[in-house]
Amino acid sequence: MITLDRLTIHQGDFSLANISLTVPSGEYGILMGPTGCGKTTLLEAICGLRRISSGAILLDDQDVTGLAPSARQIGYVPQDVVLFPTMRVDQQIEFGLEVRKINSQTRSQRVQELADLLDIKAILRRYPHGLSGGEKQRVALARALSFRPRLLCLDEPLSALDDTTRNKLAELLRTVHQKERVTVLHITHNTAEAQELGTVHCRLENGEIVAA
Amino acid sequence: MSGFGLVYLFLIVAMVAADFRFATWEDLRVSLADERVRFSVWLSLITCTISAILSMWVAVPTGYVLARLGRDTIVQRFERRPFIRRVALTFRYLIDTLLDIPIVLPPLVVGISLLVLFQTPAGRWLDHSTRDFFSWLGFPGIRGITYEVPAVILGQFTVAAAFAVRTMRDTFEQIGDRPERVAFTLGASRFQAFSRVALPQAWRGGVAAFTLAWARSLGEFGPILIFAGTARMKTEVLSTTVYLNFQFGNLRGAVAASLILVTVAILVLILTRLVTLGGNLERGAVV
Repeated sequence: MITLDRLTIHQGDFSLANISLTVPSGEYGILMGPTGCGKTTLLEAICGLRRISSGAILLDDQDVTGLAPSARQIGYVPQDVVLFPTMRVDQQIEFGLEVRKINSQTRSQRVQELADLLDIKAILRRYPHGLSGGEKQRVALARALSFRPRLLCLDEPLSALDDTTRNKLAELLRTVHQKERVTVLHITHNTAEAQELGTVHCRLENGEIVAA
Repeated sequence: MSGFGLVYLFLIVAMVAADFRFATWEDLRVSLADERVRFSVWLSLITCTISAILSMWVAVPTGYVLARLGRDTIVQRFERRPFIRRVALTFRYLIDTLLDIPIVLPPLVVGISLLVLFQTPAGRWLDHSTRDFFSWLGFPGIRGITYEVPAVILGQFTVAAAFAVRTMRDTFEQIGDRPERVAFTLGASRFQAFSRVALPQAWRGGVAAFTLAWARSLGEFGPILIFAGTARMKTEVLSTTVYLNFQFGNLRGAVAASLILVTVAILVLILTRLVTLGGNLERGAVV
């Protein structure tokens, strides 16, 4: 479960004040809002990548507000995926386990498991350069899921894809959510996508969270 | 390419061509047969490599820190603390300016400054300690830093490192910090994000910085002349050979030594181009 308790973030002239939000364990939370309303800023703050001025972030009732991003156990898929160009796909997926000093056998098993789930077995030995948009999204998803995060944050994961790929990936997100039993917080401004995937909906408008 | 660009290109080609036209193969053969010239070639290659390696040791971490602690980062971090923000920005600006000093100083001034530095009590202590260290290593011939081979390396390093730092800073700035930020969320520490994500991405910039430091060291003359002297078979590098031959009226010898210098520099540049442009393009590409 993720709970934001009166979160306030200042970023230059822009600010979000007293943001409160809860996505219960295992639910698929959708956060909607117009472009530039601060959705990504909020997601980055949850991941620990942005300083907050006040308030608290609770993950499964643990206060993670002061924790470094590496200690939060939150999987993050940024909008532009940001794959590591010098690592093969399998190395990208292994990365989160390797830095946790998980043994190589367990790492390989997890890579195979995620490769099966996300249908990326054929590209495991490839570098990100030259992969399609959908393939990159699936690799980024596998990388974020590798260490079994407590929360998966997705920043507009379907926005830059064509309709066919988008439908396939939306289906895949639903499968991943069910099979990995992970709490998801998904940012989008697409209503159809929100209706299709979300079990908990909220909206960020004029710096406030309102029920969608 | 502009007309001025073509003129500049012509100037470069004309200079090299004039050197090759002036000196005959016989001049080159005579030069290379000279034991002192061969010594200076080897000393140049060894000292340049050591200087370039030392420059990279400084340039990689310094360039990284400068790139990641840019103006925007400082402003963002100390947004609500204007005094600390001002101090941090001033400090950042000061460091940037200090690192540029070896680039803008005339080379002779760098040499004189190094010489004066090693006349201070701390400098003398370092000089003596270096002598003891090399004796312990089994090189009793190296009697300290000043007017010895370490002075050649230090003279080259002082200037070359500044260029390498600039190159690495630009490289890390160009890469951006987003991959590292994603690595943090995957559980990486700052060092892991740097060593596993940022550094491999910076390899082309690293090769460029190393080459620049190496080439700069090869052409260095002013600091070496003042700080290491021009002792033949001791601190004589290729640039010194050119100077000594010219000084003693041996223009053909000076041009022959220049040609060796030019050939080595061109070979290194070609090698760098092959390394950075060839190979696996996929690995360095930005995704």
